[in-house]
Formats: sequence, C-alpha cells, structure tokens
Amino acid sequence: MLAYIIRRILYAIPILIGVNLLTFVLFFVVNTPENMARVNLGVKHVTPAAIEKWKTEHGYDRPLLYNRQAAGTASLTDTIFYEKSVRLFVFDFGKADDGRDIGYDISQRMWPSLAIALPMFLVGLLVNITLSMLLAFFRGTYIDMSGVILGVILMSVSTLFYIIGGQYLIGKLWHLVPISGYSVEWPTAIKFLVLPVVIGVIGGIGSGTRWYRTIFLEEINKDYVRTARAKGLSELRVLFRHVLKNAMIPILTGVVVVIPLLFMGSLLTESFFGIPGLGSYTIDAILAQDFSIVKAMVFLGSVLYIIGLILTDISYTLVDPRIRLN
Amino acid sequence: MPNKTVKWRIGILMLAFWLGGCGEGNWNNPYPQADSKANVLYSSFEERPKHLDPAVSYSATEYQFIAQIYTPPLQYHYLKRPYTLIPLAAAKMPRVRYLDEREQTLPATAESAEIAFSEYIIEIRPGMRYQPHPAFARDEQGRFLYHALSEQQLDAIYTLADFAQTGTRELVAEDFVYQIKRLAHPGLHSPIFGVMSDYIVGLPEYAKTLKQARERETAGLENKKDYYLDLKQYPLAGVSVLDRYRYRIRIKGKYPQLVYWLSMPFFAPLPVEADRFYSQAGLVERNISLDWYPVGTGPYMLTVNNPNLEMVLERNPYFDGEVYPGEGEPGDAEAGLLVDAGAPLPFIDKVVYRLERETIPYWSKFLQGYYDSSGISSDSFDEAVSITTQGEPTLTEEMEAMGIQLQTAVTTSTFYTGFNMLDPVVGGDSQRARLLRRAIAIATDYEEFISIFNNGRGLAAQGPLPPGLFGYREGKAGINPYVYDWVNGRPKRKSIEEARRLLARAGYPNGIDRESGEALVINLDTAASGPDAKARLDWWRKQFRKLNIDLVIRSTDYNRFQDKMRNGTAQIFQWGWNADYPDPENFMFLLYGPNSKVGKSGENAANYDNAEFNALFDRMKNMDNGPARQAIIDAMVDIARRDGPWLWGLHPKAFSLHHAWYKNSKPNLMANNTLKYKRIEPELRAKQRMTWNKPVTWPLWTMLLVFVALILPGIISYRRKEHGIGGSG
Repeated sequence: MLAYIIRRILYAIPILIGVNLLTFVLFFVVNTPENMARVNLGVKHVTPAAIEKWKTEHGYDRPLLYNRQAAGTASLTDTIFYEKSVRLFVFDFGKADDGRDIGYDISQRMWPSLAIALPMFLVGLLVNITLSMLLAFFRGTYIDMSGVILGVILMSVSTLFYIIGGQYLIGKLWHLVPISGYSVEWPTAIKFLVLPVVIGVIGGIGSGTRWYRTIFLEEINKDYVRTARAKGLSELRVLFRHVLKNAMIPILTGVVVVIPLLFMGSLLTESFFGIPGLGSYTIDAILAQDFSIVKAMVFLGSVLYIIGLILTDISYTLVDPRIRLN
Repeated sequence: MPNKTVKWRIGILMLAFWLGGCGEGNWNNPYPQADSKANVLYSSFEERPKHLDPAVSYSATEYQFIAQIYTPPLQYHYLKRPYTLIPLAAAKMPRVRYLDEREQTLPATAESAEIAFSEYIIEIRPGMRYQPHPAFARDEQGRFLYHALSEQQLDAIYTLADFAQTGTRELVAEDFVYQIKRLAHPGLHSPIFGVMSDYIVGLPEYAKTLKQARERETAGLENKKDYYLDLKQYPLAGVSVLDRYRYRIRIKGKYPQLVYWLSMPFFAPLPVEADRFYSQAGLVERNISLDWYPVGTGPYMLTVNNPNLEMVLERNPYFDGEVYPGEGEPGDAEAGLLVDAGAPLPFIDKVVYRLERETIPYWSKFLQGYYDSSGISSDSFDEAVSITTQGEPTLTEEMEAMGIQLQTAVTTSTFYTGFNMLDPVVGGDSQRARLLRRAIAIATDYEEFISIFNNGRGLAAQGPLPPGLFGYREGKAGINPYVYDWVNGRPKRKSIEEARRLLARAGYPNGIDRESGEALVINLDTAASGPDAKARLDWWRKQFRKLNIDLVIRSTDYNRFQDKMRNGTAQIFQWGWNADYPDPENFMFLLYGPNSKVGKSGENAANYDNAEFNALFDRMKNMDNGPARQAIIDAMVDIARRDGPWLWGLHPKAFSLHHAWYKNSKPNLMANNTLKYKRIEPELRAKQRMTWNKPVTWPLWTMLLVFVALILPGIISYRRKEHGIGGSG
C-alpha cells in the first residue's frame, strides 16, 4: 500500500503544477498587475508612479511567464509565475497584497470553517442515511412515495432560501438563536452554530436521501439480502447490519473525498452567518484581486482533494477486504 | 442498565451546553449576557478594513476605526454648519505666514501670484498621551523592553495583547513631523503622496532620498527582514520641529485647502517607537504590524482586531482634555443635542463592531435591539419608512412604536453620468454636440430615477456642487436653466418636446442623423451587471428612447471599464465622487482640463477641457471664501452647465435609524471621529431587548408533535410488517 500511496503522491506533482498554471492563466486573463495595483491603492489620487511603485514592491514588475530580457533558466525563473508559484510546493504561501502572512491567516480561519462544516457533515450524513434507509425499508409504500416527492422538492429549493427562511423563522420570528454571528469561546459558540448546522442539514436532506436511497435499493435486491431474510432476520437488522455494510463503497466514494475539503469552508453560509472562515477568505481575495491568496487557496484545495481521493482508495480496502492497492 | 445511564448523561451534557450557550437572558442574544447593561455600543462593518496605518488608510471603512484612535491637528466641529474646522491635537488653529521668492514675509492679503511659499505653524496641546502600548514599555534602566525581541520572547507572542508590559509617553511635535515623512516612505504606498508632492516643499526629493538610503543600507545586509529605515536621520526640507510642542509645514504657493488635509489621519502623529517596534521580522511574520494595531492618542484604542469577525474599541485611559461642544446650529438645543455640553469625552466605554456582510441579518438584529443604529437598505426601506403625500419621509407606525428615530442628510457626494468629451459624437465643444448633450440631459428624468431606484433618497443635481458646500446656491438662483424651469417655487424639468427640438437643432431630428440618414446610436459603458443592474439599464434605455435614440449598453468587467476610461474609449459612463473636504475646489477640479483622465491620469473622467473654466479654476482654488470667490464659482458653474459634460446626476440622501437609547446623534458627513460624542442608555436597551426577544417555543413543540405524527404510522406499519406477513414486498 505504501508504494501505491507514494506513487499517487508523485502523480500529484504534475497535477498541482497544472492546476497552478491554469489558475495563473485564468487570473491574469481577467486581471493585470496594473489593475491589481489600482484595486489596492484605491480610486482617488492614484498616479502612474504609485502604480509602478506598488508593482515593484509586490513583485509584479516582471514578465508573466517568460522573460525575454533574461538569459538561460532566468528567462523562466525571473517571471511572476515562477516567483509566485515555486514556494507553494513547500507550503510557503507567502504574503498577501496587504502584507499579511497567508499561511498564518489560513491556519486561523480554517477552524471556524471546520466548526460549521464538520457537524453539518456528520449530522447530515447520519440523517440522510437514516432517512434513506427508512425510505428503502418502506419502499413502494406511500411513505416512500411521499419521501421521494419531498426529497425532490427539497432539492429544488435554493440554499439561499433555506438560509434566509431559517434566519427569519428561527432567529427573527421565534427568537430561539442568534440570527448570525460566531464566537471563538466555547460553549457560547454552540448557540451560533445551531442555526447554520440545522439549515445546512435540512438543505442537504433532499439530494442526500435520494442518493443513498438509490444505493440501498440497489443493494436490497441482491441475493445475500434474500438469504438474510430467509434466515429469519428482522428487516431492520438486515438493513443496518448487512445492506448498510455492503453499501459502504459507493457511500465512501462520495463521502471520504469531501472530508479534507471541509476545511475550505462554504461561501454562502459563511457570508450570511458572519463566520470568519476560509470560504469568505477566498471570496474576499477574488474581489480584492489578490492573486497570492487566490493561488494559495486553489493550491490548498487541490492538495486536499488529492488527499481525499487517496483516503477514499485506502478506505475501500478497509470496508472491502477483496480490494488490494497495488 | 449502563447504556441507559450513558444516554442520560449525554442528554444532560447536551442540555448543559445549550443552556450554557443561551444563558439566563434572551436566547438569541449574540453578545455575552454579562454585558447586557454595560456601557457598550454595538455597531457593524460590511467590509473588512484593508489598512489601519494612517499614512495609507483612505476609505470610509477604515476611517470608521482609525478616526477614533488617531488625533490629527484639526477636526470638524460636531454640531456647527456649515462645516467648521476647530483644533483637535492642535492648541489653536494653525498660524499661516506667506513668503515671496526671497522668503520675505508677505501680508495676509497678498495675491496668490505673489506667494511663493506658505508656512503653517502648528502648536499642539501639551499633556496628551499615547494609549498603553508595548512599544513604549521600558525596563528599570529606561531601555525599551520589546524593541529587540528574541526568538524565546516571540514564542509566546500571537497578538499584541500577549505582551505583558505596556507604556505610554507624551505626544510631541516631532511625532507629527515623523508621520509626514512617512508619506514618502518607499515601503508604504500613501495615496496622498502624489497630491502632497505638489505642495509640501521637498517631499518628492525626500522620497528619492529615502529610496536610495534603503537601497544603500540594505545592500550589505544578510538579514534584510529586520531592516528599519530610520526617517529621523533624514530631514525633510518642508517640515521641521520648532520646539517640543510646535512644528512647521512649508508648502509651495498658496493652498488654503491644506487645513482640511490637516484634519485627516494622514497628518496624525505617529510615535517613532511604534514604527521601530513593528519593524521587527518576528512581529511581521505574526502579522503584528502598524497596519493591524494602530497606536494613537485619541479617545479609543483598538483592543481586538479580527476583521473577519469583530473589531473592538475601548476607551484610551490616557485620553483627557476634550469636552462635548457647548454650541451648535439653531435647533440643536431643542433636539437635545446640547444636553451634554461641557461633559468630558468620550461617553461610551467600549464599542463592538461585528462584521455583517449581508443586510438581512443586520437589519433583523437592529430590530431586535442588538445594534444601536442602522442604515436602511432597499430591502428594508418599505418596512422602515413611508413617504407622506408631500414627499417627506417618515417612520412607519411599527418603527415609531419601537421608539426608533430617523435622520436624513444630503451627502457631500455626487453621482453623475459623464460624456467622454473626446468622443466625436457626444464630446467636443461644437454647438451640435452641446445641443445633443442638453437634449439627453432633459430627457433623462433623474427625479424618476431617484424615486424608483433610491426610494426617494436623493436630490437631482443642478451642477457639480452638492449642498452644504460653499458656492452651492439654493432655490431659483441654483437651478440649471438649460434643463429646468422655476415653476411654483420649485425646479421643473423642461418638457420632452423641448428636448426633441434641441435634438433636431443638433442635427438629429427624431433621432436620425440628418447627414447620414442613419439612426443615432449611443453607447453606455458600464461595469454593472446582474439582475439589479438590468432594471437600471432598462430604465436608461427608456430615457434615450424618448428621443428615439438607440442606447447600447456595453457591459464589461470592472478592469476593462477602467481601461476604457483611462484610454478615453468610453462614450457615456457613470461615475461618482465623495468629498475629501468641504471646499468647492474638491468638486470643481473634476472638470479641470489639466486634471483629465486621458493622458494625465487625473480625476476629470469626462476629459472636459474648457480654457475659460480652467482659468477661473486656477483663480478660484486658492481664494478664501467670500463674495469674490462665489462670483467665480457662479461663472464656472454656468460654463459647465452650458457645455454639459455631465448629466449632473444626483446627490444621495443618507437615511439612518437609531434606537431611543442612542443619544447625541447628528449626521456629520465630513467628520469621522464622532464616536466620542455618542452616548447610550444601557438600562433602557436591556429592558427593550428583553421585551422584544422573548423566545417563542411553541414551534418546537409543534415540530415535535408533527415528527411523532409522521413517525408513528411508520412504526405501526413496521410492527405489522414484522409480526404479520414478515419480510418485504
């Protein structure tokens, strides 16, 4: 397995270089270093000299990808792309355009993202699997039919509607929890987390339940299930002991890969609930045209996604002994 | 029964967490319950401040904080109108001396052309002290404790609050001089360096000196991270310390507007100790910088800076010597604004600013009493304000019942639609183009725009100057005669028939170019997009359709739009300007030819260049306010109206709401340091919050019942299935 993991990590390097190059090209197709300087210097009294000074101070006075003035390897290394990218591979994210250390900010802001995303993920998983198993249990009945219709309705509603509706009902009308906010102190933080977590879970029930129900229905018609029933096991025992276990591979495919990305935060939830996580960090950087943060976040997201994929592969071996990683 | 016990314990633990979070008071209180009756003001910010360094900061978001922390020499009187400058850190208003080329003193009445230099002598108040800060902390031998931090010391440092010791010292004139030098620092990007280089003697040369010094001093250094450029070693010709409490600024020529700049944080004092302290590499790596932790002598100090969540200002224990004003304008006493006259400032102990990106939660929290004041977004306008039949805004019954109060003020801003004067169709000073612009100006019904898109919050502009500035004329004398008539005591937009007649005279009868026979097509360049913008852009098309002109919307992203403006390839565009200071020069320069955007990178976005207007501007800009200046302004406004480089647009009206416990609130659109005047009544606030936020628990019980009602048939069905036919079907 170790050889497999090392091989996957080595495969990741060209992928990360490609992602980085793509981010760079996409960013500088719509932004120029001059635009970045103007965004940072403000709209009033900005002189060409101030723009040039800003570019020099922030390392944007070089050519983008290829330096015709330089000779040898310097033609590639004395460029914005090289200067801004190479340190990423040792996880040195450098400084943002406002001078702040990006690595430090990421380390501070990933925890609020996780504080929301982790309970939302775990509770959502529990609720979705339980509900979908119930629907599978009552398959073909009015409960199943109602559940499917309700699921489609829930899927069709925008996340924004859940957020605004939830804030209005639970926070504004019923005064049960604060409408928005966040606290770093525990357990005060709980009262701020309840609403986004509840809304996140409800918002995910439609799609989650439909997806897991399909998986369980596929499993439920297999021979081993019929054997289990023939042995006289109760339907609940069949579902939770046998069907759930065998449905783990498709479940893991979708679940494990998401786990590392929980650190990256949710843009909409963080924005409406005033949560200082990485989702809002990224969108702030895009709006501020801060390439240093944008590339760091894309790079981090890619790394976490690759880790998620490797973890998914490893988890297959844990739930299905027939699978070998080689 | 161990499983049952565990379940009970978990249940009790969860309940304890919930109760711990909710406390004894309102369940939805986002603040600690213990602070319910504390003298704490709650406010919000929408966008995180980028810079808190007074040499760099230049936005309202940033001034909201640093104006309470830093003390420039001057400030605006809180209550008096028109806006009046008074001393803040200065002991009295600056003494100005005019000099000729030979540096001989000239009389105060000297003509601008004679004046080669102006000297501002500023005397500051003795006894002012900086907020407690580790940069000032010293050991028993008088050495600074934290100016050479070791790795061991740095291990325990994450924020400024982690320093065990703090110190203070008296504010001296040298701190003001030091800050002016910082405007030219090669590592900083002061937005006013360019403007000030035109005036402060020696500032451009000083920037070059500092740049060379930095290159020279860092050339041989192995570790450049700890490098500190000591500005005290390099004198600045135009700024000097006279003695402990006096300093002098020498500027080129006459520039009366300098006093307005002296009320901004750019000219606030900065202690050299702070700059030295923050330059340490270990602190830079921890994001502990002057841009993050300001050091001032103002009434407040920033004690929490987490701009992604909250920022907290607390009373500076060393602030002393300022009292609430004893006079204002007529009506202030009746409005209760002089009740606190003579009382020491500030009134509030602590101010908590929470980040609120979205207007809906922010508005809801204001209505729950968790914010003390609020603006009004378009979403909540109808809930808060109703317009009387006379067109006057009043509060809705619901707001009045809550004791909420409404304040309105026309801002010192202008939002206009400009014609690119370099454009061959709409630009230029030919009579044809002038008549075309005038026809469009009449057809564009800004009163309707304000009513539809601003909820009536604005004033259709008659010229470049907003109300409240010297030079602005009220009433009949103030209307734009090319677009309005004075009817029944108010301006009335000329008829669309008049606009069509002008269009025909311009060579476009019924929107058809008489020469080419083709329909007239005009392009509006904009960075606006999305559903909100669509309604506005449709409205714009409708205005041009009145003249049978086809308006093409050329939407683009912000960067491309800016490029078009710089290159002069836009045709019609929308732009705005907020006053830096309350002087007509700050608006008239938006139409000054040498200040054009194309080729000169100035703020004249329309690239308007009229020799007569330019000459009048050159005369007007350095004049003192008086009849002579008013006459020149009138002439300039008349020229601009005749040429019509802008559709004059609108001056927005700011609406703000505050609760009954929020006192001494008066809109002051120029001053940013008004927090110190505000007072609250925490007892009343706590009482109202309790009344307005009683938890409604019946939905929880109802949901529980519904859940049981839903699950019960399932359980029954399951039992039947298991004990009946068994298996599944």
